[in-house]
Amino acid sequence: MNIDINFLGILIGAIMASSVPLILAALGELITERSGVLNLGVEGMMIIGAISGFALMVITDNLFLAIIGSMLSGLLLSFIFGFLTQSLLTNHVATGLALTIFGIGLSAMIGKDFVGIPGKQFPLLFVNLKEAIPFFGPIFFGHSIVFYFAFLLPFGTNYFLKKTKIGLIVRAVGDSPVSAANQGINVLLVRYCCILYGGAMCGLGGAYLSLIYTPQWIENMTAGRGWIALALVVFATWSPLKVLVGAIIFGGITILQLHMQAMGIRIPVQFLSALPYIMTIVVLVIISRDSRKIKLNTPTSLGQIFYKEK
Amino acid sequence: MYKYFLRLLASVLLLLGFSINAHAEFKVGFVYVGPTGDHGWTYQHDEGRKAVEAAGIKTTYVESVPEGADAERVIRQLAQSGHDLIFTTSFGYMDPTNKVAKDFPNVKFEHATGYKREHSNVSTYSARFYEGRTLLGHMAGKMTKTNVIGYIASFPIPEVIRGINAMTLAAQKVNPNIKTKIVWVFTWYDPGKESEAAQALIDQGADIIMQHTDSTAPVQVAEKAGVWSFGQASDMQRFAPKSILTSIIDDWAPYYVERSIAARDGTWKQQDTWHGLKEGMVAMAPYNSAMGSGLVKEVEKLQKDLASGKAHSFTGPIYDQQGNLLVAEGKVADDGMLAGMSVYVKGVEGDIPK
Repeated sequence: MNIDINFLGILIGAIMASSVPLILAALGELITERSGVLNLGVEGMMIIGAISGFALMVITDNLFLAIIGSMLSGLLLSFIFGFLTQSLLTNHVATGLALTIFGIGLSAMIGKDFVGIPGKQFPLLFVNLKEAIPFFGPIFFGHSIVFYFAFLLPFGTNYFLKKTKIGLIVRAVGDSPVSAANQGINVLLVRYCCILYGGAMCGLGGAYLSLIYTPQWIENMTAGRGWIALALVVFATWSPLKVLVGAIIFGGITILQLHMQAMGIRIPVQFLSALPYIMTIVVLVIISRDSRKIKLNTPTSLGQIFYKEK
Repeated sequence: MYKYFLRLLASVLLLLGFSINAHAEFKVGFVYVGPTGDHGWTYQHDEGRKAVEAAGIKTTYVESVPEGADAERVIRQLAQSGHDLIFTTSFGYMDPTNKVAKDFPNVKFEHATGYKREHSNVSTYSARFYEGRTLLGHMAGKMTKTNVIGYIASFPIPEVIRGINAMTLAAQKVNPNIKTKIVWVFTWYDPGKESEAAQALIDQGADIIMQHTDSTAPVQVAEKAGVWSFGQASDMQRFAPKSILTSIIDDWAPYYVERSIAARDGTWKQQDTWHGLKEGMVAMAPYNSAMGSGLVKEVEKLQKDLASGKAHSFTGPIYDQQGNLLVAEGKVADDGMLAGMSVYVKGVEGDIPK
């Protein structure tokens, strides 16, 4: 194979596109977890986002509505989770798992009539520049608006958590809800907002799959990406920028191993299939081995039930 | 205690009444591995079921049944509720089907794509999809400009390897320079991964994309990239109207109707069926006119010859990758060899995953 520079650019562009759903879902979950709530329903919210987005696209023929609808449906599902864990004080882990199972089942039921309908081409931006500039063109241009949003989001999230007052409040609630409550912060409100935001982002991540990446609806089409996103948050030690690195490595090796197969490199295929998982963990463990920094980022009250003493 | 007994009696009577009632009418049950709307494998089986229904026989089906313990429960349930003939339509139902068949000697069972017939009331059936692959190979060999054919493969089982070999042999016959590049995705069904695999193959120079997986994602990628592709299991033409040259279609309907009528009339016998283009179990979707009327005529002729037995997908001489002779000149591979095929023929790149 002859590696020409433009091909390399196309490859990098493809890798970045494949990591978009992971970035969105993981960063949504990151905010939820930073407020001290562990929502294991990521996969369920993603798949609901995927089917709602696709169904709305078919019914209304409007991609903007479809994107908004997918976020709202993820938000709605996370509201159920929020109500159960925050207002009824149920266990986070059990409720989250139930949410995933519920989401997968519900999406299959809604999706019954939408199987086998071809999707619509999502508008891509800067297509001219993609062709015009070698190497950098295919990396940075000719993508959907959601793609650009996803790659700005880690920086925005980082800024939000570190530099803004509301970010500080979210972190305070996650570290010590009791102290935060004593400071007059409405812990429930903050946590509800973070849960709903997480749900909306997961819904968007799912819609990216069904509307942009592989424009169609197929049962269980998220295929475990929600779980990968959850793992990314933990291995990235709750740091938005490391989530970005992890998502790109995972997407990158998934695609590279397919290319290596197509090139005929003689490595056992099963090993290549396992490689994305192994490499992502290894790299994230290496870049986050500073235990002091981990402590700084880990929400101390993660997954604990909080109720206000009267 | 008395109350409990009464309740038990009532339920026994109810069950009895139900089973007597159920046996009054001949019924056929179907077990599907996916949803009936998957637009691929299960969709085609359900089309077959509808044909049985149209022939005046009552049918029921259970969809999205996972292979394994659940399958046995579902098959047993169908057998208990008065079904006289049960079709189990996925490879992984092989052992559960035989297990249940042992306990219900009066119920007939038909298992798709398997090879175990442990009891006299179990038949097996499958289709010679590889004949379709031969036609695809002929078209691919003629249509490719880069001489690279991309093939998305699911699992390294004889069925899949047979398809790869049949396609490669046919393509070599019309174009000795072609190479078959294969990507194994280890799934039947993951649109994200299937489309990434298709993209990887296109990036590696393939201008023909072929799949042995069930989603329509690869043909959509091919459409976008402007290369040729082929549909799988059902006609996928509307997902990639420009790119698709044809689709291999599984047509189970005639077989299902024939076997259901035989079971109803008491002429059903255990058998192992392997039908192809001749019987119509494998059919081809309309050919894309973009490949030119000359080529369409050629392929139609080849299709006729394969159906009549004048041509065979595996006609010697056939060599494996190391150059060992598999089938001698002038001979054709027998069904035993085809059923257990586990090596690539010459011209395929890479190794079969073990």
